[in-house]
Amino acid sequence: MTEIWVKNACVIDPIRGINGEIMDITIRDGRIVESVSDRADVIDAQRCLTLPGGIDSHTHVSGTKVNFGRYMSPEDMRAGRTKRKGKMHVTSGYYVPTTFGNSYRYSAMGYTTLLEGAMAPLEARHTHEEFTATPHQDMLANTLFDGNWAVMDAVREKDIRKTAAVVAWTLKAARGYGIKLTNPGGTEAWGFGEDLTGIHEMVPHFAVTPAEIITTMIRANELLKLPHSVHLHCNNLGKPGNYQTTLETFDIVPDLNPDRQTLYATHVQFHAYGGGTWKNISSKAEEITRSVNSKPQIVMDMGQIMFGRTMTMTADGPMEFNLHCLHHNKWSNHDVELETGSGIIPVTYSKKSAVNCIMWAIGLELALLTKNPYQCLLETDNPNGAPFVKYPEIIGLLMSKRYRDEECATLATGVEQRTSLCALERELDWHDIAVMTRAGQAKALGIINQGKGHLGIGAEADIAIYPIRTDSVDPAREYRKVVEGFQKTRYTIKRGRVVSRDGDIIVDGANATFWVDAKVPEDLRMENDPEFIKRFEQFYTVRMSNYPVQDVYLPRGRRIETEVFT
Amino acid sequence: MIEHDVVCPFCGCLCDDLELVCEGGKIVKVQNGCALAESTFMNDVRLPSPIRRTESGWEDISYTEAIKETAEILQGADRPLLYGWSSTHGEAQSIGVHIAELIGAVIDNTSTVCHGPSILAIQEVGHPGCTLGQVKNRADVIIYWGCNPIEAHPRHMSRYTTYATGFFVPDAQRERTVIVVDTRRTDTAGIADEFVQIEHSGDYAVLSALRAIVRGKASVIPAKVAGVSKEQLIRIAEICKTAKFGAIFFGLGLTMSRGKYKNIRNAIELTDELNRHTKFVISPLRGHGNVYGSNEVFTWMTGYPFAVDFARGIAFYNPGETTAVDILRRGECDAALIVASDPGANFPRAAAAHLAKIPTVVIDPHVNATTALSRIHIPCTAAGIDAAGTAYRMDGVPIRLKKVIDRGYPDDAEILKKIYDRLNGGKEL
Repeated sequence: MTEIWVKNACVIDPIRGINGEIMDITIRDGRIVESVSDRADVIDAQRCLTLPGGIDSHTHVSGTKVNFGRYMSPEDMRAGRTKRKGKMHVTSGYYVPTTFGNSYRYSAMGYTTLLEGAMAPLEARHTHEEFTATPHQDMLANTLFDGNWAVMDAVREKDIRKTAAVVAWTLKAARGYGIKLTNPGGTEAWGFGEDLTGIHEMVPHFAVTPAEIITTMIRANELLKLPHSVHLHCNNLGKPGNYQTTLETFDIVPDLNPDRQTLYATHVQFHAYGGGTWKNISSKAEEITRSVNSKPQIVMDMGQIMFGRTMTMTADGPMEFNLHCLHHNKWSNHDVELETGSGIIPVTYSKKSAVNCIMWAIGLELALLTKNPYQCLLETDNPNGAPFVKYPEIIGLLMSKRYRDEECATLATGVEQRTSLCALERELDWHDIAVMTRAGQAKALGIINQGKGHLGIGAEADIAIYPIRTDSVDPAREYRKVVEGFQKTRYTIKRGRVVSRDGDIIVDGANATFWVDAKVPEDLRMENDPEFIKRFEQFYTVRMSNYPVQDVYLPRGRRIETEVFT
Repeated sequence: MIEHDVVCPFCGCLCDDLELVCEGGKIVKVQNGCALAESTFMNDVRLPSPIRRTESGWEDISYTEAIKETAEILQGADRPLLYGWSSTHGEAQSIGVHIAELIGAVIDNTSTVCHGPSILAIQEVGHPGCTLGQVKNRADVIIYWGCNPIEAHPRHMSRYTTYATGFFVPDAQRERTVIVVDTRRTDTAGIADEFVQIEHSGDYAVLSALRAIVRGKASVIPAKVAGVSKEQLIRIAEICKTAKFGAIFFGLGLTMSRGKYKNIRNAIELTDELNRHTKFVISPLRGHGNVYGSNEVFTWMTGYPFAVDFARGIAFYNPGETTAVDILRRGECDAALIVASDPGANFPRAAAAHLAKIPTVVIDPHVNATTALSRIHIPCTAAGIDAAGTAYRMDGVPIRLKKVIDRGYPDDAEILKKIYDRLNGGKEL
């Protein structure tokens, strides 16, 4: 039995309605309990800011394309490397660090749970292998369905139950957590080098539209009672004028779930562009947030970009090729049979580029213009917009108008007219930040009842104690202190053990992987469906029996079972 | 008893549809496999126990002794090299990396003598590729360049390309155009619709010529390029540009001939160019069953796919300096652990000769040419025969190798873990 008694913590726990109370937290065997014995290890938090462990609900840290980002980038591996130290393994890389690098750096920032944004089911085993080597965070995997042939067939037949059955079978086979759609339909079109330009355009050869895929998958998701909603990377990412597509998409989303959103729209900054060319691109953050503010069924994340070099990586293969044609840097592409695509290119976001400056402003505008912080979560689509180690700077920018003004003064000319950022007075408070970095994520992902994102009795003891005294720091003026404070916790506690102290990992990790075993009626089990089996054996290049991820790949798998639908 | 859907661990195709007939703990028949698969499963002759070289020959030793002595050799070395890894599973590779990190060794895999140049090219210009099922279902143009899959990857054409029935290519033989580019007329060339015979070392020039034609600059091309007529080059470029989906596969004929990684870079840039007209992909034909897995495991753990040097405490990578062949040829390395590969048969003579001079330990199920250069050989399971574990197909698809029979050997991962624990003062990994 291990016990910890955290004393004098200044707790913000939005899910429980606690906002800056000085209190004690008691932990036994990995969970938060009413009280502990006097033999408990005592941590004196000294009235420092204490939050539930950070949760990243959209990051790229594990799996085929992330590893390919490393593989093709020795220049980045050199850019961030540390020696073996105590319990810490060697790490390499800055914007696509090695698995240990990701895990240590997230832990130092107080993050204890991560959702990998995109896992192709055929390559799921790889993602899970890397999860095991990312030891200090619990992991979840968004599972890609955007170009899934069996799904598109069921959508064409307008068969929601069949769609749900395919999803359930695939999630279980991949040990995935939720449904991810990346440029739905577009990744299939990219199989022959094409893309789609709107949500009502037909996917070649499949006679379905992105709109039909999105709405049917939303219905299937709710039929299956999945903890998370459909998680969407909209069509037309990164194209000037694409905000129209984004708004059209938001407009077709029904409000179906009282406990959470019905659609999680990811990295919306990349989908909020006005204009028609790179010359006249402008911010449409006001239009996007007006829509989101009136639609409780939608949660988005920022997809903030930060200046500097990074790597873009996404299942959106055609988008990456377009980007490659602009940047002329190295380009990798990896389409996955019957399922999805992917692409990778390095980019540098520069303050000298008006386009990049507008992108930077849009992400912040989205966060500042969204009324309810539960509807706009803080992310960079790591590493697409910026590596996650930039999160503290983003927090600083959101909390300080002065910091934003100082940054705005250094941007390329002409940016002020094409965004409204400079006019926004709003400064987020500590509570807003706690929502946007953990409580909101826990709610959006549906893991509050798994004991995530809050510090109530029975919750998993995932806790971040930052060296910040909220009673003595004025974030509007002392934003540097805010940024530094969020870069390195004093303590990161993961499932009741102190894993990180002042930035150093001090124990071996033992993470868990959450996955969803969605139940379907007997007659809808795809493993018994002769047509599904026949097509599988004909068109995949692995046998159906060799496809599912074996339990051995999830040494600490946490299965979430759903109720059978009727 | 028949085992279904068995994965053949031999080459990078990782065909997973084999049927093995097992009787009395032995594999007696291999169905669906190629000749290489049959040999892999049927001619599996191993040492009964670890052996150590003596003044006059070899002596049997226990596993405990062999592990203890291996740990001592590595512990006492100033510049240890851990090499191989490509015929075992990821679980063993991962422990190998941990050992290298712990003792400050150089760890390298067989890419160093096969597709290392492809990796260097990819690090310069990227890699437009896909899984093999994309090719099977979509490709109407297949190019084999500097490789001979009929001999080296015998089922590549029937499972993934030329003869494979795909969703958009229901009549494979009729609907696919196969182009073979090589310096000699191989068996694979025999089935080509278009055979392009290049003069030795002419690949780079031919790739450049094709790029120029695809870019609309045919007028600058001379009548012949490295023995290939301009007419044929223009014809090939046209076939590629008008393909619905084209796929280039290349082998060591391109990576290890004159130009090396620049050849691959040129081929990738041709592919890139073709994507401005249609869909095109390119992929190396990887040799060892899990060589791609060794690249993957090394990469997520260290940041680099091969040739990783931990001597400075950090992971350092500089092919040409930290590659196994170079470290051996310079005589720099003073102890070597060779796992699941045969550098004795594949390395340049000077590098192999140095292995014989230093204490070399082999952990491999089979006696091979490296055994003759070694001090100790520790037999173990063979991944995919009597050990389960992860392997990555040549296109990055991870597949679980199965344990089909039990022969009573320890898993190489288990042996390596014991070595690690000894090196770590008894503390477990």
